[in-house]
Amino acid sequence: MSTTPMTPGIQPARLPGETLARNFCALHAPLERHEAQVAADRCYFCHDAPCMTACPTSIDIPLFIRQIMTGTPEAAAKTIFSQNILGGMCARVCPTEQLCEEACVREAAEGRPVEIGRLQRYATDTLVARNAHPFTRAEPTGKRVAVVGAGPAGLACAHRLAMKGHEVVVYDCKAKAGGLNEFGIAAYKSTDDFAAREVAWLLGIGGITIETGKGLGAGLELEALQESFDAVFLGIGLGGVNALRAVGEGKAGVEDAVSFIAELRQAPDLAALPVGRNVVVIGGGMTAIDAAIQSRLLGAEHVTIAYRRGTERMGASGFEQDLAASKGVRILTNVMPMALHGNGAVAEIELEYTAEVDGRLRGTGETFRLPADQVFKAIGQTLTDVPGGLEIAGGKIAVSETGRTSVPGVWAGGDCASGGEDLTVTAVAEGRDAAEDIHTALMGVAG
Amino acid sequence: MADLTTEFLGIRSPNPFWLASAPPTDKEYNVRRAFEAGWGGVVWKTLGSEGPPVVNVNGPRYGAIWGADRRLLGLNNIELITDRDLYTNLEEITRVKRDYPDRAVIVSIMVPCEEEAWKAILPLVEETGADGIELNFGCPHGMAERGMGSAVGQVPEYIRMVAQWCKMYYSKPVIVKLTPNITDIRYPARAAFAGGADAVSLINTINSITSVNLDAMCPEPMIDGKGSHGGYCGPAVKPIALNMVAEIARDPETAGKPISGIGGITTWRDAAEFMALGAGNVQVCTAAMTYGFKVVQEMISGLSQWMDEKGYESTADFIGMAAPRVSDWQHLNLNYVTKAEIDQEACIKCGRCYAACEDTSHQAIDMSEDRVFSVKDEDCVACNLCVNVCPVEGCITMRQLEEGEVDPRTGKVVGPYANWTTHPNNPGAVAAE
Repeated sequence: MSTTPMTPGIQPARLPGETLARNFCALHAPLERHEAQVAADRCYFCHDAPCMTACPTSIDIPLFIRQIMTGTPEAAAKTIFSQNILGGMCARVCPTEQLCEEACVREAAEGRPVEIGRLQRYATDTLVARNAHPFTRAEPTGKRVAVVGAGPAGLACAHRLAMKGHEVVVYDCKAKAGGLNEFGIAAYKSTDDFAAREVAWLLGIGGITIETGKGLGAGLELEALQESFDAVFLGIGLGGVNALRAVGEGKAGVEDAVSFIAELRQAPDLAALPVGRNVVVIGGGMTAIDAAIQSRLLGAEHVTIAYRRGTERMGASGFEQDLAASKGVRILTNVMPMALHGNGAVAEIELEYTAEVDGRLRGTGETFRLPADQVFKAIGQTLTDVPGGLEIAGGKIAVSETGRTSVPGVWAGGDCASGGEDLTVTAVAEGRDAAEDIHTALMGVAG
Repeated sequence: MADLTTEFLGIRSPNPFWLASAPPTDKEYNVRRAFEAGWGGVVWKTLGSEGPPVVNVNGPRYGAIWGADRRLLGLNNIELITDRDLYTNLEEITRVKRDYPDRAVIVSIMVPCEEEAWKAILPLVEETGADGIELNFGCPHGMAERGMGSAVGQVPEYIRMVAQWCKMYYSKPVIVKLTPNITDIRYPARAAFAGGADAVSLINTINSITSVNLDAMCPEPMIDGKGSHGGYCGPAVKPIALNMVAEIARDPETAGKPISGIGGITTWRDAAEFMALGAGNVQVCTAAMTYGFKVVQEMISGLSQWMDEKGYESTADFIGMAAPRVSDWQHLNLNYVTKAEIDQEACIKCGRCYAACEDTSHQAIDMSEDRVFSVKDEDCVACNLCVNVCPVEGCITMRQLEEGEVDPRTGKVVGPYANWTTHPNNPGAVAAE
């Protein structure tokens, strides 16, 4: 008998191949030309637009939407890319309901914002599909910059530097560039190998060399980079995963959500990917949601998110929570893991109810157990492999507004750096702004 | 329920909505469908002289402009008069009128500007039993090149002459359809009535090029790499038509004369506006060509509901009511002072009022750090642009200053009615006393 969602343990191929393919197709269909023009027409072209203020990369949203409306999505794409070179991925993964679309005046007026995210995707896809790169490099400056980490921050930094005429080498310890865009995003948010295509398109600017399999603690030393390059940018992300600190954490079946998501994104055959019958995800952020939804889509019978506080405190947006619920994920709130039970492999998770007392979260003493043959940890990531000498603040590399670290000649941005939310779009903004500052520092002039 | 029955030139129709002379009224088949859908009358598509009928282009006849979601706002055409045999048309008109005696059937005619031509066709039309004729002095394309259509409508003497012939050789009502492709619409209207016409209908289509194909570098619609100007109609032309109707309605020489209103009428409201300015009924074409004959049902129900709400029992109750309020600029009250007011509850903070006022008007709107928009009365000239660009209906309104209040902009006390004719800045001012 073949495997089904009810088969005990962690099993591959719980669902037929065609069901898996359907489950993992794009979350949002791309807009057709006419749909895009109708959607674009809803934009009021606000003065000093609130959406633009809400965008971490300050994309001129009213302008690009008007460019779509007048039949020039390529010009719209250039407007987007001039502020956010990863505008294609951001159109897919940005929590727009908490950023531009939340600020949209039509959200205030009628509870239905202009579909900024989908319009951005329409514009950027149009240009990327042509493989047309809209920017050209300035005259070579003779300066060389090392970028460590080929994620959103590193790529945005590298692109802006290359555009300014600098030579850039981007290192990444993974086998592929892209960072979280490639390894950390739910498969249904970025289909058809978009992350890799976007990187290839971005490199169309020229002047950027990617060297994979190299990172800090993996063949690179910061001091050596400083010696051979004029400046260094660190966009190394957060390499570690927080521990549960629950009894039995070492049992088989207790895994990092981040690794599960990465494995799934890279899997050539989804049917080969094993998943539990009873999956419990610990955490309340986007990683928890992505792991939970994808477990259901792979065929897990029961998937539960266990979060220690209330839904309003979850890192995942209301939209994401609703999406999870619509896929059959149960969200338990105000519970925390106490212990994992099972003989060798996890079989049950013991959770304790929590309550906030004087602003501090405490267990109430009341516990219960859920069947669990797979438990994903999604309770945050930590900075690892930081070279000595860099000042750390709140678990991240301390940086100035423009990404300067405590070490002269070294900049940092993205999730590894202090300040800003850990979003793709924020990482892009930080990488871009650091590049501008590096350029100013290297050339001794502003601009 | 309000009675929509309308009597125009003694011709009764169950409602004031007629289909204008155009492609929808070219054949018995279409006209029967129109009457089944509820139209009160039709003006049959223009007949020409006996003989070989005209030919039309065999490429596209229409061009268009669109608004959001491809809503058709303006249509232009280069179709000529009927390209079917005269006698076929006459037979069909006879049959349709016989079968629909309660509906108005008017026959549009365009023949050369010679007495013999009119003398020949008019008895044939009379025999059909149709209720009247409409003289097509309006078509701006094709036929005008042959000395007909707007080529006649642009010369008041010709209008008068042909109208006289028609009254001589035809016993029923004669309507003259006017071209808007003229500088002052009052002259052709006066000529029509001077020639004995019973009514004028307007507007016919406006000379236009709707768009240019930027790949082919050719106006649309393209006929083998060339384009010709065509007649423009649809919602976009309504304001032009309203003004022309009003001009005739308030011209002392033609005031009170019957007018059939035409030009972009798409809803019951459009129709009511034309009638309020003095049109005894209306003619519709583009709305039917865009949505089909069924649109008349909304026009009927809408006009009926509005009349009930206003207490009008018949269309005659409100026809022409707005015409006396159409005034020359010089008679507008210069002491009528208003100020824009923004309803902060309704405001969605888009800032369009601010951009419009700051960039293109009088810098009379203030924008705070947290996007609160407020009017600076001391700078507001009451131009109304903010009202017009605001996407929220009713959010910005105009408050009238009471007589005796001080206008913060001018520092002057608002006085009683006074217009330009007595204003001290007017070199030709008459003393107010």
